[in-house]
Amino acid sequence: MTVTAQRPAAGLPLGSILVDGLLAALVAFALAAPMIGFETVDGSGGSLGLAYRFDAVAVAVATVFVGRLALSAIRFGHALPVLVVAAAATAVALAGAVAGTMLAGLLAVPAAVLAIRAGIVVWRGVTAERDVRFVVPDTVRGARRAVPAAFLALAVLFPFLPFVDQRLLDIAILVLTYIMLGWGLNIVVGLAGLLDLGYVAFYAVGAYTFGILANWAGFTFWMALPLGGLMAALFGILLGFPVLRLRGDYLAIVTLGFGEIIRIVLLNWYEVTGGPNGLSNIPRPTFFGLPFRASPQDDESTFADFFGLEFSPVHRVIFLYFVILVLALIVNAFTRRIRRLPVGRAWEALREDEIACRSLGINPTNTKLSAFAIGAGFAGFAGCFFAARQGFISPESFTFIESAVILAIVVLGGMGSQLGIVLAAIILIGMPEFLRELNQFRMLAFGAGMVGIMVWRPLGLLARREPTIRLHPAGAGRPGGAA
Amino acid sequence: MLSIQALRTFYGHIEALKGVDIEVQAGEIVTMIGANGAGKSTLLMSMCGNPRARFGKVMFEGRDITQLPTFEIVRLGIAHAPEGRRIFPRMTVMENLQIGSTTAPSYFEEGLARVLRLFPRLDERRQQRAGTLSGGEQQMLAIGRALMSRPRLLLLDEPSLGLAPMVVKQIFQVIREINEAEGMTVFLVEQNAYHALRLAHRGYVLVNGRVTMSGSGAELLANREVRAAYLEGGH
Repeated sequence: MTVTAQRPAAGLPLGSILVDGLLAALVAFALAAPMIGFETVDGSGGSLGLAYRFDAVAVAVATVFVGRLALSAIRFGHALPVLVVAAAATAVALAGAVAGTMLAGLLAVPAAVLAIRAGIVVWRGVTAERDVRFVVPDTVRGARRAVPAAFLALAVLFPFLPFVDQRLLDIAILVLTYIMLGWGLNIVVGLAGLLDLGYVAFYAVGAYTFGILANWAGFTFWMALPLGGLMAALFGILLGFPVLRLRGDYLAIVTLGFGEIIRIVLLNWYEVTGGPNGLSNIPRPTFFGLPFRASPQDDESTFADFFGLEFSPVHRVIFLYFVILVLALIVNAFTRRIRRLPVGRAWEALREDEIACRSLGINPTNTKLSAFAIGAGFAGFAGCFFAARQGFISPESFTFIESAVILAIVVLGGMGSQLGIVLAAIILIGMPEFLRELNQFRMLAFGAGMVGIMVWRPLGLLARREPTIRLHPAGAGRPGGAA
Repeated sequence: MLSIQALRTFYGHIEALKGVDIEVQAGEIVTMIGANGAGKSTLLMSMCGNPRARFGKVMFEGRDITQLPTFEIVRLGIAHAPEGRRIFPRMTVMENLQIGSTTAPSYFEEGLARVLRLFPRLDERRQQRAGTLSGGEQQMLAIGRALMSRPRLLLLDEPSLGLAPMVVKQIFQVIREINEAEGMTVFLVEQNAYHALRLAHRGYVLVNGRVTMSGSGAELLANREVRAAYLEGGH
């Protein structure tokens, strides 16, 4: 961006603003023409034809041009009119989105960003000298306590909200699973600073532990859950030992390989894992022994019977939702607690400086292994849940891309920030589900979102690290204490 | 207390320490001065087993610690404030100090009071991220953090590095204080020969991996060769 700190000039240098806008439009055209200008269609006789979407390209280029002009206008002290126009444009675009044109909804995003930017400038009475990224943390800091509580309340009430249907619940369960995985990986990557690209392997170990135990020994979900976590933790230690001396890129490559080894073993150990066919008939979790079924089998009572409810398949989904919510919250509580304990603090110290750690009497071997094992154990729990929810698992669910997505959640969330991971998981997992209506623009919008995060929040959504000790909480001020 | 005997350390084929002998008695401040690349830091790090000495011995309170892993050496009562300070920049001052007491958790409260008394500046900054401290404050934190493990021997690697003369004076004053008031044994590696020799009871001069001279601080300070090599035109 060329919008760096230039002094606001006295008048409007119209010429240079126009040139700037045209240049931006040119770049937009170069990007938009190949990306959204062409569409492949089935031609007559099975051949592949090309359709052109000049209108969409024109809209994109025009949007960039106008947006750029608006940015310049903000910079030169005309924030108020920009705010009005952008807010109006946002409203119109949103109305269009409600009316059914998804493309109009897309236009709402840049309009809203412009409106917010102009609004901030108007609010602060400065001319964009301060960039947006300096403003966000202030607001975040103020809401540090309120936001997690609000999220928690929303999460607990979510299944009972009137507009929530089974599809939304399914998405929520998926998002929560990734939040749990993100929080688990956060221990390894965010706290201990060990870049793990094979995290999905432990997820797979947990899932297959349950799958195999269910198929060969008739285990139920609740019996297998602790074993799945334990098994994954063991694999974490197994991986940990050979990679103890590695750091950074080297560690990343070895963990990547480890993830692939697990997947390939699952794929080829046909007798036990079912190979590419996977394992099916994995029992669904029961509510303290009460299954979620329409009609009881072998004179057991079902959940609906026991509570005198009309049977509904939603019951099970709601139950699954709460299971994963509780599992995720356990990971969260555990992480927050352990950060205050010597082990957790040693993890963070290890991330900062391994040599200094050793010179302070911290045993790096045990510290790393514990991070690996605990992080892996949580993935194992999540894997168990995944198997129980799907009722079917195959190696296809545990490819490298899963590891990459989980890692992206941790990094975008801001390495080590619990709330950031929640936001990132909602954006990364939830958004693509909601954006399905965008059809072929879906991945484009997704990519744009990622670029946006990295431009505006280069250290992740919530990059601020929460100190683990506050000896003198605010208010209890003591002389000398800088609380 | 500490006795180093014919210590030889290698980086690959390069011999960085060519047989070094050093004695440190309990309650002493001993300094090792030398030019860049003489092997001062290597010596300190060899004492902590990283890199490990190939030949020779490091004895601490009568025990051979040459082959022990670093973190166990530290647990025996040796604290090391490493070169370049190596504080944990994203953690707060308090957290840094807390990590310092990893090997002596029960000592935390007492140790904290002691460190904050020695370095009142840290008291003002306790909730601040360590990376945002000034160089002098970071050095104070590095020494404070080392003291949190309740060591009997304190190893300091160039505490004056990159600091303003005023701050250097302050820090050396604190080193003297913990030695005189608490009887802490200090082994100090320094390029700033003038200050180091004035502070120390005894000193060694290291040249190209060998000890070429030793004596009391005052003797070395008066020695013509030492003056010519390390003091003239300096300080």
